[in-house]
Amino acid sequence: MNNLLFDFIVDKATKTVSITREFDAELPLVWDAFTKKEILDQWWAPKPYASKTKVLDFKVGGRRFYAMVSPEGQERWVIQKYTSISPKTNFKFFNAFADENENPELPGSEWDHTFSEQNGTTKVSMVIYNESLERMEKQIEMGFKEGFTMTLNYLDELLKTLSKK
Amino acid sequence: MMRRDIFQAIADPTRRAIITLVALQAMTPNAIAENFHTTRQSISKHLRILTECELVKQEQQGREIYYSLEIEKMKEIDKWIEQFRKIWETRFNQLDKVLSTIKKQKK
Repeated sequence: MNNLLFDFIVDKATKTVSITREFDAELPLVWDAFTKKEILDQWWAPKPYASKTKVLDFKVGGRRFYAMVSPEGQERWVIQKYTSISPKTNFKFFNAFADENENPELPGSEWDHTFSEQNGTTKVSMVIYNESLERMEKQIEMGFKEGFTMTLNYLDELLKTLSKK
Repeated sequence: MMRRDIFQAIADPTRRAIITLVALQAMTPNAIAENFHTTRQSISKHLRILTECELVKQEQQGREIYYSLEIEKMKEIDKWIEQFRKIWETRFNQLDKVLSTIKKQKK
């Protein structure tokens, strides 16, 4: 479909996940897609999950408090506390699972996002650092669950495409 | 005892080197230790951690114990990374669609 860059590197030694992706859009729009709740909720959750952002206060010390909602209506809350913002260039937050009353389950992970644009293509480079290995395991469990649902989703899409031929 | 963390097991460079060695062939602790400038005790400790994480398995052959790689366990790690990668791939494909919709609305 497109030849936009997508890099995904897990470095177990440094406990980091590095993700780089290009988007066919200008930087201000991509920046908004990562920092405004109306847009975030449209893409953040891999379908059939839904993202429900309750609070998003984009400033240093502010936070995004949202839930990943499963098709059965089960909510998994997450807090992302903004620790650094350089408008249209970089922002960082501290990510932690939480209960519905915003009590974080520590430890969490540090996320660093860098934005750059060239000829109308915007590149986003993310580095996720997990301070705890236990927490990385938790992501494994969640990853498996979501990954599996998504695989089924892919299959649906694929079948649709094939049946059109 | 605290459950061993698989990522901790492979976070250590010596343990990664041990994994690479026993991936090629089953080896005794002495044969493994010969590849490192460290004490036999230290290698034994690394082997114990790898065994507890089920990344290597022990097999008794005569009087010697041989260590070999648990390939299935290593595959589990790859499988997870692949799943995790897919989550991000899906997420970003969704974002592509959202961006293209917004761009059209603006025109």
